[in-house]
Amino acid sequence: MQELRELARKLLQEKQVSAILGYEHGRLGTRPAFVTDVADCERLVFDHRCVHNLAAYLSPRRTHIAALGRLAVVVKSCDARAVAGLIRESQIKREDVVLIGVRCGGVVRDAADARPLSADNVAPRCVACEKREPTLADHLVGEPKPAPAGSGSRDARLSEIEAMSAGERLALWMQLLAPCTRCHACRQVCPMCFCERCIAEKTQPTWIETSPHARGNLAWHLTRALHLAGRCVDCGECERACPAQIPLGLLNRKVARVVADRYGYIVADDPSTPTPIGTYQLDDAQEFIQ
Amino acid sequence: MSAPVTVGNGAFEPSIVAFVCNWCTYTGADLAGTSRILMADNVRVIRLPCTGRIDTLFILKAFERGADGVIVSGCHPADCHYTAGNYHARRRFAIFRELMNFVGIDPRRVTFSWVSASEGGKWAEVVNSTTEQVRQLGPFATYPEA
Repeated sequence: MQELRELARKLLQEKQVSAILGYEHGRLGTRPAFVTDVADCERLVFDHRCVHNLAAYLSPRRTHIAALGRLAVVVKSCDARAVAGLIRESQIKREDVVLIGVRCGGVVRDAADARPLSADNVAPRCVACEKREPTLADHLVGEPKPAPAGSGSRDARLSEIEAMSAGERLALWMQLLAPCTRCHACRQVCPMCFCERCIAEKTQPTWIETSPHARGNLAWHLTRALHLAGRCVDCGECERACPAQIPLGLLNRKVARVVADRYGYIVADDPSTPTPIGTYQLDDAQEFIQ
Repeated sequence: MSAPVTVGNGAFEPSIVAFVCNWCTYTGADLAGTSRILMADNVRVIRLPCTGRIDTLFILKAFERGADGVIVSGCHPADCHYTAGNYHARRRFAIFRELMNFVGIDPRRVTFSWVSASEGGKWAEVVNSTTEQVRQLGPFATYPEA
């Protein structure tokens, strides 16, 4: 923690950046913090309650944040993948942001959860996380941390669903998606959802039902997952933001596995790799096409 | 959503929507017609410039609005009028198909095919086999009627 604060102070004092985007402890748990004053660097923390993906603030659509000037951002390895995605897709430039990488030992599901990290409260994606420190970073702070204890990985849940019959799967998903009110929190919080005009807002014709009717559930949730094919950084923010507790991460995880199996593509924090959508191979498998 | 279509004897007849590319499959379907090839009349054809234009949302939208099956068809690889539209589409459909299966839309309800402008016979086969397959699967409903 002191290492992080020292570094933040140094970056501000040397005027390398005009603000640090990190985490602080707030009334309702850990929350994002913008630090512009050297004296405020004391507020910065990093622990297992720092759930937010701060890369979401880097989207060029957020002009009030761009107006702050050059930023230093605290990134876990999943957040660094999002920054890499933004660079890869020409949303930001690498030199416009200073990345303070933190070694992460997993985070809790809910930032307000003050208990120590355990199998009971660890975020599901962190259990199977293979990368605990970012490669794409200008600085790296903190000691290496062990993988969090936990069970019931999402892949096990995926296999469970895959073993069901088509009818059972449809019934399950219609039930899981039923509480969706189309609030689009999953989109707003997503660092990779940065379209100026989202398909969900197009009303002539209305592609995605705007009313919270079950009719539009598949159109919205499948389209959201597909638009993130080969782009989802698995930061789990959609699932955390969802007020209806829909396991959105399962859809994203499924797509990520398909992309990995079919095209050998795994989302990493290297901005130079091409994405699987938007590129193609002449001999891509087409066993499903007559 | 419209009620499932039935014929005189009360048997279920599927409604199937086909999204086809203008340059190959639409012309191929036209050829099937002008060649007087008999085929199932359950399929409604929607012509688009290219398979690259066929958004996976079209397929979901068709199911949402009462289709029981969908056909997606375009130019064979290397034949795309726009050079690479079908290559891009192939990747999108491959991913879509698995996700669709994962949420429980039986993949047998969606046929993907390459039909060239000269393959009127193949188009008739695709139409007939898809219609028969969806007829076996029965009506499709994604959500309970309110």
